[in-house]
Amino acid sequence: MMVWVAVLVGSLGCYGWKLAGLCAPRRFLDLPAVRRFAELVPVALLSALIAVQTFSTGHTLQVDPRAAGLAAAVVGVLLKAPFVVIVVAAAATTALLRLAI
Amino acid sequence: MTRNAAAIAVSTGVYAIAFGAAGVAAGLGVLRTSVLSLVMFSGASQFALVGVLGAGGGVAAALAGALLLGARNGLYGLRLSGLLGLRGPRRLVAAQGVIDESTAMAIGQPDQPSSRYAFAVTFGLLYVCWNVGTLVGAFGARALGDPSRYGLDIAGPAAFLALLAPRLRTGGAPVALVGGALAVATTPFLPVGVPILCAVAAVALGWRR
Repeated sequence: MMVWVAVLVGSLGCYGWKLAGLCAPRRFLDLPAVRRFAELVPVALLSALIAVQTFSTGHTLQVDPRAAGLAAAVVGVLLKAPFVVIVVAAAATTALLRLAI
Repeated sequence: MTRNAAAIAVSTGVYAIAFGAAGVAAGLGVLRTSVLSLVMFSGASQFALVGVLGAGGGVAAALAGALLLGARNGLYGLRLSGLLGLRGPRRLVAAQGVIDESTAMAIGQPDQPSSRYAFAVTFGLLYVCWNVGTLVGAFGARALGDPSRYGLDIAGPAAFLALLAPRLRTGGAPVALVGGALAVATTPFLPVGVPILCAVAAVALGWRR
């Protein structure tokens, strides 16, 4: 029963976050400061996600084959490689390095 | 664009298999595990919730983790609201699609029609793959093993980097670097999910321009 509570309250809560952002009042979103903030927020959050998912496991910071995969992605971006090539190159680099270690 | 969305959806779908297996292993059963993928539809929050419950943690701790991780979707919503120009009841449907992947795809487009298309196609494909993958994993198809064996744990970061690249070339780089550094620096000390939110402070760098 308590597990159902966690599942349903958590699910509705997560949906609530999404809906709240999407339904923020137009007048509020049109304020220049808010507009600038909203434009840059995805850049900051997605960069944070990249960094955390590459360099940490739980609360531990570590440099492992994932870092090499991200480096491959950086090279792909600099060479303006197609999106799918960048993703596959990163995954392959990490997977092969894990096999080799 | 559809091909890029499909690539994201498929690699995320493999994680859904892992999630389905994790949910059942944590004692949630197939039904509750599937409800999470259908209604919560937010990978990080779902893994956090079943992780805490599976480890014998309380409902409050499980909810706190899932909701903290879900908070960033609210911030994505602030951006997507103007970018997609959605009004009325359609927002009720679109809201479910506000996640990392669809936001990254939408902000990478040159105009509103392509942003809307990118958002919709990423949301649709990912929703199907995520839920099918969850069922496959929940019913015990573990033949694939750990997704990290195929390097899929770096597929997400690589995809986000590729999608952010145009923004980084046009003045977003300082915000990205400082945001990433803040999140990594606070990871050892703060509850899971909070370091990502700390990166929002980096927005101040680009605010004045």
